[in-house]
Amino acid sequence: MKRPHQTLWQVFALPIAIAVLSTVGLIAALTGDGWRDVLSWVALGVPVLAVGWAMKARRS
Amino acid sequence: MTRSSIRAWFLIHKWTSLVCTVFLLMLCLTGLPLIFHDEIDVLTEGAPQVGLPGVASSSNAPGLLPLDTIMRKALATRPGEVPLFMAFDNESPLMTVTTGPRPDAPGAEMSLLVLDRSTGRLVSSPTEDGVMHFLLQLHTDMFLGLPGMLFLGFMGLLFTVAIVSGVVLYAPFMRKFAFGTLRTSRSKRLKWLDYHNLLGIVALAWTVVVGLTGVVNTLATPINKMWQSAELAGMTRAYAGREALPPSRYGSLDKAMASARKALPGNNPQFIGFPGGNFSSAHHYAVFFQGDTPLTERLLTPALIDAETGTFTDARPMPWYNQALALSQPLHFGDYGGLPLKILWAVLDLFTIVILGSGLYLWLGKRRTTVDALVREVETGGVVAPVA
Repeated sequence: MKRPHQTLWQVFALPIAIAVLSTVGLIAALTGDGWRDVLSWVALGVPVLAVGWAMKARRS
Repeated sequence: MTRSSIRAWFLIHKWTSLVCTVFLLMLCLTGLPLIFHDEIDVLTEGAPQVGLPGVASSSNAPGLLPLDTIMRKALATRPGEVPLFMAFDNESPLMTVTTGPRPDAPGAEMSLLVLDRSTGRLVSSPTEDGVMHFLLQLHTDMFLGLPGMLFLGFMGLLFTVAIVSGVVLYAPFMRKFAFGTLRTSRSKRLKWLDYHNLLGIVALAWTVVVGLTGVVNTLATPINKMWQSAELAGMTRAYAGREALPPSRYGSLDKAMASARKALPGNNPQFIGFPGGNFSSAHHYAVFFQGDTPLTERLLTPALIDAETGTFTDARPMPWYNQALALSQPLHFGDYGGLPLKILWAVLDLFTIVILGSGLYLWLGKRRTTVDALVREVETGGVVAPVA
């Protein structure tokens, strides 16, 4: 999956999005129960799903 | 990024990781079963039978026995000992009483009793020799007390530096590759290099939060000492210089609880610290109240009640450093968002184990290579493999 040089922003766009989502997930469940718990499961599920996706789609 | 700055970050990443990896691996491995501590306890001991299921022992619900009755029953099973803590539950009528030989007895000399506040029955007296307790001790301080805790805290700081430097190195490494690239069929080294990078970057927020909150948790003892000498001393200034209240003169707990509830209405207690211990003065019952959300449940407000007369002395929210500690605990243990969150915690913990293991493998594989060759590897995203 070689591509021309990416800018710093291109390299970090997805990692930052995942990190922000994870942080939202970590805090959501702390502030209340119910839908906030569900939000935290979804948000913290993203890094796990990202690895699953990479193993399927980005393996060479 | 210039080659010399890549080199500097590479060396920071290498050395901070190397120093902390073995300890971090131990923390990840012992932490894994600890995530499911409650579930494992229920599996091994069975859910205890209680008189009024679902009635919180922290509440004022009808049918719950007076605190004085519970304390009398607890002390009857520990003759000659004095009460140290009484702690409540928000989900069941179960509560715990901690006793010890003296009001200032250290942790090692304390005994814990679990009682049912709806029946007065002694449910169990958990001992400190189970596997889970062994793992917790290893995870907290490696059986070395405060120095062990502070040492693990320092390892946590190194881990944080290792994470930050790893993120910096991610930039030159990934310049030519799309996010998530896993070159698994070329060489073993390239495969683990790509997994190390991918897992490291996706778990970034979680590892930073769990690492730093772990560091804060290792400061629990000094933080509490600070609260006692600054806040608590200020709240009980009128009692300064008085002799400690002997346990024989402790008054009614129910009367004290009533005064405390009157001072802080609408809240339920989490625990009571008895006179002479680390959570109270030498003359007071300190009733620690909690809020009713997962957040405010952790942010305690102590009401100090004269233990002899049952009259209210003062109540103040805990200072910011205690609040920071209180919020670090759930964020470190992952025990605040139900079972799905615990499972995600476990998966991310496994990710961290793979990150640490692959890092070790990458180092061991090319230990004899020059730093320049390894820097070239980072610079080219592994296209130029280090020789020898």
